[in-house]
Amino acid sequence: MNRSAASRREPALGPYLSDQLDVYGISRRRFIEFALGITATLGLPLGMSGQVLAALEETKARPTVIWLHFQECTGCTESLLRATHPTVETLLLDLISLDYSETLLAAAGHQAEQALHDSLDKNKGAFILVVEGSVPLRDGGIYCKIADKTPQQMLLEIAPYAAAAVAIGSCASWGGVQSAAPNPTGAVGLPEALRIAGITKSDGSALPVITLPGCPASPYNLLATVLYYLTLKNLPELDAKGRPRFAYGHLIHDHCERRPHFDAGRFAEQFGDAGHRQGWCLYKLGCKGPETYANCPAIEFGDVGANTWPVGIGHPCFGCAEQGVGFHKALHEQADVESVTPPSLFPEIITRHAGGATAGAAAVAGAIVGGAVVYALGANEKLKQVEAESTAVAKSEAEEQK
Amino acid sequence: MNIDRRAFFKIAAAGAATALCPASAAARPPKELPPEAVGILYDATLCIGCKACEVACKAENDMPMAHDTPLERAHGVAGTWDADNDLNSRTMTKIKVYTSGTAAVKDREEDGFSFIKRSCMHCVDPNCISACPVSALTKDPFTGVVRYNPDACIGCRYCQLACPFNIPKFEYDKAFPKIVKCQLCPDRLAAGGIPACCDACPTGASLFGRLPDLLTEAHRRLTFKPGERQQYPVRRLDGDEQRAAEVTGYYPKVYGETESGGTQYLMMAGVPFDKLGLPPVGDTSRAQLSETIQHTLYQGMMAPTLLLGGLVFAVYRRTHAEQEQEDASEGVEPATEAREGRRDA
Amino acid sequence: MREVYRPIGGKLLTRHFYFMGVLVLIGAFFMARRFIFGIGDVANLSDGFPWGIWITYDVVTGTAIACGGYAMALLVYIFNRGQFHPMIRAALLTSVFGYTLAGLSIVIDVGRYWQLYNVFLPQYANLNSVMLEVALCVTLYTLVLWIELSPAILEAMKDNRHLRQVRHALFFFIGLGILLPTMHQSSLGSLLLIAGYKVHPLWQTNIIPLLFLLTAITMGYAMVVFESLYAAVNLDRPIETDLLSKLSAIIPWLLILYLVLRISDLVWTGAIAALLKPGPEPLLFVLETALFLYAIVNLLHKERRVRPRVLFWTALATILGGSLYRFDAFLIAYNPGPGWQYFPGVGEILITLAIIAVEIMAYLFFVKKMPILLAARPARLGAKA
Repeated sequence: MNRSAASRREPALGPYLSDQLDVYGISRRRFIEFALGITATLGLPLGMSGQVLAALEETKARPTVIWLHFQECTGCTESLLRATHPTVETLLLDLISLDYSETLLAAAGHQAEQALHDSLDKNKGAFILVVEGSVPLRDGGIYCKIADKTPQQMLLEIAPYAAAAVAIGSCASWGGVQSAAPNPTGAVGLPEALRIAGITKSDGSALPVITLPGCPASPYNLLATVLYYLTLKNLPELDAKGRPRFAYGHLIHDHCERRPHFDAGRFAEQFGDAGHRQGWCLYKLGCKGPETYANCPAIEFGDVGANTWPVGIGHPCFGCAEQGVGFHKALHEQADVESVTPPSLFPEIITRHAGGATAGAAAVAGAIVGGAVVYALGANEKLKQVEAESTAVAKSEAEEQK
Repeated sequence: MNIDRRAFFKIAAAGAATALCPASAAARPPKELPPEAVGILYDATLCIGCKACEVACKAENDMPMAHDTPLERAHGVAGTWDADNDLNSRTMTKIKVYTSGTAAVKDREEDGFSFIKRSCMHCVDPNCISACPVSALTKDPFTGVVRYNPDACIGCRYCQLACPFNIPKFEYDKAFPKIVKCQLCPDRLAAGGIPACCDACPTGASLFGRLPDLLTEAHRRLTFKPGERQQYPVRRLDGDEQRAAEVTGYYPKVYGETESGGTQYLMMAGVPFDKLGLPPVGDTSRAQLSETIQHTLYQGMMAPTLLLGGLVFAVYRRTHAEQEQEDASEGVEPATEAREGRRDA
Repeated sequence: MREVYRPIGGKLLTRHFYFMGVLVLIGAFFMARRFIFGIGDVANLSDGFPWGIWITYDVVTGTAIACGGYAMALLVYIFNRGQFHPMIRAALLTSVFGYTLAGLSIVIDVGRYWQLYNVFLPQYANLNSVMLEVALCVTLYTLVLWIELSPAILEAMKDNRHLRQVRHALFFFIGLGILLPTMHQSSLGSLLLIAGYKVHPLWQTNIIPLLFLLTAITMGYAMVVFESLYAAVNLDRPIETDLLSKLSAIIPWLLILYLVLRISDLVWTGAIAALLKPGPEPLLFVLETALFLYAIVNLLHKERRVRPRVLFWTALATILGGSLYRFDAFLIAYNPGPGWQYFPGVGEILITLAIIAVEIMAYLFFVKKMPILLAARPARLGAKA
């Protein structure tokens, strides 16, 4: 990682990231592409890519990150590592100073704890606290201990000095797999743990918590959040659960590439059946996309090409990011369709049918009626003559009889 | 006035009087559910508008998908949607949507939306069957399914006029047209299966079953409270598949229990049914009235036969008299002719 | 007292006739399209409006207009008004072609015309169906009409043997020819009973068969008057004002009976409240009634009744009123539900026009070549007898 011996051996080329592109064999073009891509992930208008690019290029001051691991599988860290091809992504991590991470720290034991302690002292009020894993509450939280401290104790010591907290992964966001029934450890996520312990910043103000659920969380959501902060010096817009809206603002259902199949009623009924082979919707197989908020269909998993996400490869989403869905509902239990916003092309109750008057038909009908009127009036004239004649005849007959 | 005219007046008066009095003791009684009546319970609160039923119905009945519907044209898309905008000669079941205001909440009348599935109601006392002169539409005496036989049909479309739900559709665009409507997948039912729409429905919104059981299930659902989590059967009422879902609240009526004399396609929804496009039919079938009036006038062809007898007799006497007069005046000069001709002018 | 009928002779192929012929050819073109491409190619019929002008005009109104033979038979043979006997053949002629062409319209209108004979097969018969009764009655009556007209044709062919045979059996067919229209003209109204709410409450009623029957008979008389005046205007025939006046005298009474029944039924059922609701229907009802009232008012006065122009306009008003009644009930005041609309298509209109043209051409052919009209001097009015 960024503190590895390898990078220490590199000559300093200048503080800016842009100065170091050559060393890492990255073309400027690729660098810009990356900036554009991350701008899109952030949900920012493409016009802002310039700002994002500038932040990438010119950032010098690397915010310190203290990364704590509680009840977790380390999948989120692993996923972050997997995101790091030895290219731009690695550089991106050079943007932060990861002072403490149990997984990634070269040191161990007391030395590691010392690193943590030192970082805390040096960066009070200015570091980002990243938490991976859930906080056990039952029995005093003894089900997880690091350096003989429970997560609650660690939070009490560390959290008040953080500038902001990021709960990465479903475990840290809301308890994850440990919180699945019967939740033997009483696992809760970071926001809940902070609330229960009444932890605020040292000055008493609320500690902002960004949650990035997912199992594992997508590394790009973390990277994008960090970059957002660096670019705009502000946290991205969050929803009620602390999730950035750019990533968690939509249901998977609402931007799934198989949605047209759902809307047309084409479902795979069994794994391997004809519909499944054709990539039809997996709703009937228990896909939780309709009740899970995440951006998996857009950014997918890993960097290995298109359709590399569960639904894309033919397995229903199980709602790993959504509390109450992931690890809670059975894998093949049908999802509640959270927002059944009828698509705009849905037929309405009253359908307008064709069959009304056309210009041609009206013209023909008019001509016929007109003709009939003319005929009737003509007949009227003739009959008038007849009447006149018969009156004349009657008169002359009457006169004759006189 | 001669006697024949009196008789005629009497018969005419009797006929008029009968026609004038409302359907009385001679009324044709309403029809009842057949012994093994089957049908569908459609629950709009369970429906998610996925249209799997439409697709399955088309696949089962070899119906083509529609692509260039007016809706598509209006929105400038082509071939994206394969569903028509209404029942028609290629669509035997249709999901439509009701929206109000912001359409924010499902199954709510105000600022909400609801789906509705329309198809043949398989009425207990079908108007279409009463209307059809050649019995092209028949009701199975056991299952009550209303079926269409194109070999009998003459294409007069009286069934279209008669159906209060406007279900029978006609292939106006074909040179050799026929009537098209849901027939409850007779091949599948014969093989012990269920209609394709019920088979395809993922949420149990379209549920197949025996009518008395479906009615019981429908009334059970009417006792549910909004917010409860309940078990709903999927596909067929007597099957094993179940599904849990949250109750959203029902409009307190099972549509089809009494409408138009009762139907075998029952509906439940969270929204009043007139908002869902269901027509203002009463609780009795019009077939009952039409047949009552028709039979009152023509039962056993008694009145017409009597009338014919009277008429023929009267005409015979008149023409006979005429003939005699002609024979008597045979050989008279054309002056008579002129006298007759003088009648004009 | 034997009347003498004679073909009126004269040129058949007049400009009038050729014009009709052109209309027929145009209609034939659209008929061919109908059979090759389907009904939808020429008509604006839809699933909401399965019956358009082909049924409403050609069949329902056309046969009512063709009730001249029926109305006259009633008058002459049941009510013994022998003085009208000379008018029967002309009335019959209109009836024959009215009904025959209604039959042709049916063949064009029904979708599965190649199986139309199914209505005659007992294994398919649905005895509950009003439509079946109408179909069988109309078919049989058309046959009866041709039989009733056959003496005129046989006379022209000078086939005395068959003429005698027909004359011998004629009384039965005349009787049948009074029964059958009584049945089907009322049933044409009964067809609408099953449509329920689709027919506007001002027209939907249990007594609709009676109302249709009354108006049909009335239109029959009006048509006899109208057609007689047509012959006078276009074929130089003398106007039998006296007879026409007496005939017309029946019309107002029938119309008064009709209006009394119609309005009291509306009041009795409460449907009359629909007159106060917005929409075109109340206006249509008023228009129908106004047309009939015009006829009633003018025909109740003997002095007015003897004037040919009054005869013409009141006959026309009666026919229009009766036609409008049928159009309203079947088509204009018919509403299958929101979203449906109907106005006849160009092809539809032109086919109907062609059928009317055929009827006029047939009429002209028959009166000119066969003994239909009473022999009379072709002199115009004014020449002394």
